[in-house]
Amino acid sequence: MTTTTKNALKVVAEPGKQELFIYREFDAPRENVFKAFTDPKLVVQWLGPKDLKMEVEKYDIRTGGSYRYTHSDSRGKYAFNGVVHEVHAPERIIQTFEFEGLPERGHVSLDTALFESLPGNRTRVTMQSVFRSVTDRDGMVNSGMERGVREGFERLDVILEN
Amino acid sequence: MTIQARRDVFQAIADPTRRDILNLIARHSLNLNAIAEQFDVSRPAISQHIKILTECGLIIMREQGRERYCELQPQKLEAVADWLKPFHKRWEHHFDKLDIVLQKMKPTKKTKK
Repeated sequence: MTTTTKNALKVVAEPGKQELFIYREFDAPRENVFKAFTDPKLVVQWLGPKDLKMEVEKYDIRTGGSYRYTHSDSRGKYAFNGVVHEVHAPERIIQTFEFEGLPERGHVSLDTALFESLPGNRTRVTMQSVFRSVTDRDGMVNSGMERGVREGFERLDVILEN
Repeated sequence: MTIQARRDVFQAIADPTRRDILNLIARHSLNLNAIAEQFDVSRPAISQHIKILTECGLIIMREQGRERYCELQPQKLEAVADWLKPFHKRWEHHFDKLDIVLQKMKPTKKTKK
């Protein structure tokens, strides 16, 4: 799972644990990466799945703020929401995350994103999500699995060309 | 008290000692004594871990003369990597798009270190 390629994504989800980590480096200064994570106009350009439409209802990434957005396709709408615990620009965002489409409410994760400046105007992002249970964590990892398999990359190409 | 334990690769590697055992025998097979020497825990505890790893199909015991060696079955571990793959792909996809977003920002924005 560990790769040495430049800017390779690393996902760590150890069995039996309630957390998962996502690591990625970017060829951009920290302020820009931070902005791309917090400015809704930029977030919609990369956080939406490719065959679903992403709509931001609210995206107020400030300490005490909150967010809600939906992904929709022909079969329905999927909503996600959370509150922002703390934003320390441009190095840290701590927020909750909930997928509203689960059979019951209350399965929330606490997500921390750290932005670290690297030499050469590069940035390392570390994202940690802590879930209420191992089952919740595993469910999150498994969600969208089907979709992931079904999806091609055609739509991405279209988006990128425009 | 009876607990029906899961016997699959995820259960096998959920324990840090068992992960260490797998790392230890990854390069070459070792017998039980050689493995037990590397740990502070008791030999029966190590035996129990090896038993679980065997039941999960992650190691097999090979007889060589009077010794029994633990041999890693690495192909079983692929199930773990496969499990993460779609999630990994999804985030790769997001971040590939984010790279494009960041590229577009570059020329217009001068930022201090």
